[in-house]
Amino acid sequence: MSSTATVAATDPALVTSLTELIRVTSTVLPADVVRALTASRAAEQPGTNAAYALEVIGCNIDLAKSSSQPLCQDTGSVLFYVHVPVGYDQLRFEDSALSAVKEATRLGYLRQNSVDAVTGRNSGDNVGPGTPDLHISQWHRDYVEVRLMLKGGGCENVGAQYTLPDPRFGGRDLVGVENALLDCVLQAQGQGCGPGILGVCIGGDRASGYAESKLQLLRLLDDQSGDPVLGELEERIVVKANQSGIGPMGFGGATTLIGCKIGKRNRVPASFFVTISYMCWAFRRQGVVLDQEGAIRSWLY
Amino acid sequence: MSLVQLTTPISDEQVRALKVGDTVEISGRIYTGRDGAHHRIHQGQKPPVDLQGAILYHCGPVMVQVGERWECRGAGPTTSSREEPYQWEVIRDYGLRGVIGKGGMGPKTLAACQQYGCVYLHAIGGAAQVCAQRITRVDGVDWMDLGSPEAVWHLWVEKFPAIVTMDSHGNSLHAQVRAASAEALGRLKA
Repeated sequence: MSSTATVAATDPALVTSLTELIRVTSTVLPADVVRALTASRAAEQPGTNAAYALEVIGCNIDLAKSSSQPLCQDTGSVLFYVHVPVGYDQLRFEDSALSAVKEATRLGYLRQNSVDAVTGRNSGDNVGPGTPDLHISQWHRDYVEVRLMLKGGGCENVGAQYTLPDPRFGGRDLVGVENALLDCVLQAQGQGCGPGILGVCIGGDRASGYAESKLQLLRLLDDQSGDPVLGELEERIVVKANQSGIGPMGFGGATTLIGCKIGKRNRVPASFFVTISYMCWAFRRQGVVLDQEGAIRSWLY
Repeated sequence: MSLVQLTTPISDEQVRALKVGDTVEISGRIYTGRDGAHHRIHQGQKPPVDLQGAILYHCGPVMVQVGERWECRGAGPTTSSREEPYQWEVIRDYGLRGVIGKGGMGPKTLAACQQYGCVYLHAIGGAAQVCAQRITRVDGVDWMDLGSPEAVWHLWVEKFPAIVTMDSHGNSLHAQVRAASAEALGRLKA
């Protein structure tokens, strides 16, 4: 190659907006999540460890917001979900997002979280192969929308992918799916920092199942699937999980899940995956609509 | 359930008095140590600090260097079960009296707590600011080559809140909740 394009192509206004998006996502819990956690406090007996855990969580939410510091020290995987108009410069967006991630790390809104899987070397700025994770797609609107999720390792580790049929859970039907989901809740116990939220994909392949399960987490907590069958399953899973007695942090109690969001993807006839991404109570996701200059026009959650 | 004040270093007697369900507030020096540090100790390296009577915190804090000083910007617990293969050895060999983390640990650690006199203290996962507020000073750091989250940070804490979920008498809240929830979910099976 006689020449390579290494010219930095960042857009300063975009970098500023994305840094602010990261700051807010890391430090302010979205209103729908705060509402659900506040409601769960009423479900726990006063004086129990569960009530204590929810009280500390409540204090932490207030403290993080007022001091503009990370809600959780594990600022997690940095996942961008972006929609852009046809003809938009995607490479410029990518460069700007990397700059914003580095800046947010320098400012302490993100922990240094990008580690070489073989050498163990920490890149120190959250940028490296595969990090941050950018999903950019076009749409037929004339503006850019950016959603961001910060997903910590504790909850990511308790995600799971099941294949049906499985004699422990059942066949390739909603009974098998439901039992697999409840097993995931059982195995997770308190290790995913509950009260948690399940993002679920029925079908797809091993990769798309996890991708869709994370996309489900972009839905509002109080919405319901447009598919009545899935909507009913979402409700049932939350009700049953909350009868498990696992409770906040696995301390025992009435609130194990505050949401379950289920989507589906077509599968090949030979495969039937049920894939779960578990999200902790520190459910950090936010989004913005940008104006033509790259400034923040509105917030999505 | 009672509120107990613990100041490090702590004695075998103090540990033995703690029971599952007790709420504690920890003051004094504590050290962070997670996957990288445990792996290193397991491979035979000596811990960089004296762990006799000490409390080890499973935590990868957000640290920012301001001039010569380190500032802790967030420091909740990380999942402890990853240290289950190693923790018992550290308790046995270095006199650790307390482990702070989240999610609980397994039978090897529980047995070591009973045999050598140690206790598992559950902090509230995700509560990085409540925890950081009780960390009043960062006094130093070792093994920074592991990367900031994995390094051994020397923290000074005042009234750091936690709940005893595994005591030195063989009791584990985690084992109890796991057994009860397995039974409950078994009954709720579709």
